[in-house]
Amino acid sequence: MAEFRMPSLGADMEAGTLVEWLKQPGEAVKHGDVIAVVETQKGAIEIEVFENGVIEKLLVPIGQTVPVGTALALIRSAGAPIAPAPTRAAAAAPPPVAPAPVAAAAPPRALAGPPAPPVGFKSSPAARKFAEEKGIDLGTVQGSGPDGAIVFVDVENAWRQLQAAPPAKALPAAKAQPKGIDLAAMRNAIAAAMARSKREIPHYYVLHTVDLGPATDWLSLTNATRPPERRLVLGALLVKAVALAVRALPEFNGFFRDGRFAPSERVHVGNAVALRGGGLVAPAIHDADRLGLDEVMARLRDLVNRVRAGRYRSSELTDPTVTLTSLGDRGVDALLPIINPPQVAIIAAGTPARRPWLIGDEVILRPLLQLALAADHRASDGHRGALLIADIARRLTEPKGL
Amino acid sequence: MTHDELKRVLLEEIGNIAPEVDIATMHEDADLREALDIDSISFLNLIIALRSRLGVDVPEIDYPKLRSLHGALEYLGARIRNY
Repeated sequence: MAEFRMPSLGADMEAGTLVEWLKQPGEAVKHGDVIAVVETQKGAIEIEVFENGVIEKLLVPIGQTVPVGTALALIRSAGAPIAPAPTRAAAAAPPPVAPAPVAAAAPPRALAGPPAPPVGFKSSPAARKFAEEKGIDLGTVQGSGPDGAIVFVDVENAWRQLQAAPPAKALPAAKAQPKGIDLAAMRNAIAAAMARSKREIPHYYVLHTVDLGPATDWLSLTNATRPPERRLVLGALLVKAVALAVRALPEFNGFFRDGRFAPSERVHVGNAVALRGGGLVAPAIHDADRLGLDEVMARLRDLVNRVRAGRYRSSELTDPTVTLTSLGDRGVDALLPIINPPQVAIIAAGTPARRPWLIGDEVILRPLLQLALAADHRASDGHRGALLIADIARRLTEPKGL
Repeated sequence: MTHDELKRVLLEEIGNIAPEVDIATMHEDADLREALDIDSISFLNLIIALRSRLGVDVPEIDYPKLRSLHGALEYLGARIRNY
């Protein structure tokens, strides 16, 4: 029997609140399945299981906040003997944790450890489902359940009010901040990670300017014949170029832990996504080096949309092996990034701008992009860092190869 | 579709990508991307939504024409059937 525990989604996370069970006792689960949703400082996060088996028992009810490491469920491993009769009977009976409504869940127990960080609102699965169907933002709904949890009737009432109100007025009012994200808590999380980075990691920086003309020309040509759903943005090219470059220079791809650097076989590129209203997270596009550009673009769009809706998976947050931060097309020339530990490198792209550039003996206006690498001197040296940035730049000038 | 209906659809879709912005008070000539603080992916989401709502496919080369509310209404209005 394996225990499925509250994962740590960052060095600063102390506790999480269970907001939804997506699997019930008796259901089979396999590696990578999302089985629960947990509310943390970084929003509502889908938690994945890392073994194959059958859910034996749910140990924590919806609405309860528990410290990192607490067992949330028992999972009978695939191939393990079926539990003795009494346990099986219990599993066959109504699940110990009522899936809905939240009102049936036990009130949260007091925490033994330090108080949990403030979390967002809670909601029952039924409420969530109805809200999704009707396009209602749960952030605008007043909860009447225990601890202010939003239950089905709350969403139903909100829906009725929306129906009664004229749509032009109701729409802006129905939208609010991203769901379930506490910006003050996220600020604390960013502060803790960045302070640790600056305290522990001997950063060095390498800067380079690249002529983006070939990339932007290729993008315009490619996008001209595509419907909007299939168009690419520069960000997708950057993700792919970074992924291929760090695969070739593995001392920039992996984790520095317990006093040594362990390179990663796989390349998961974290993408720093700014949240509307402040804060940011950098979830990963997994195996970005092996995906085609269209697939990278699809994943990037999906990731940005889910991040802004406050919904992403535990593995996306915890396993980026390198990070890319890009200012996009409305920023400034350049930025010097800070490494997100335990990673050892972060690449920053400024906003492309038309500037004078020498080609042969002529000064020509070209769209220029400034790249910056911050890397961990415990894992690599400036010479190799320069090779990395030059390699990314070269790949951007040959976009067909991406 | 009337001008007011088009404007309602456009404001709705802008509301979807920039939920916290009070679009009612936005100036018609303001740069949408500045006023809404949206990036290239959010802007692409808007273009995709407008295509499904209005049947207007905005090529990338015309993106600058949708920079302001006023410009977007004019551009889309000229391309909607039965407007």
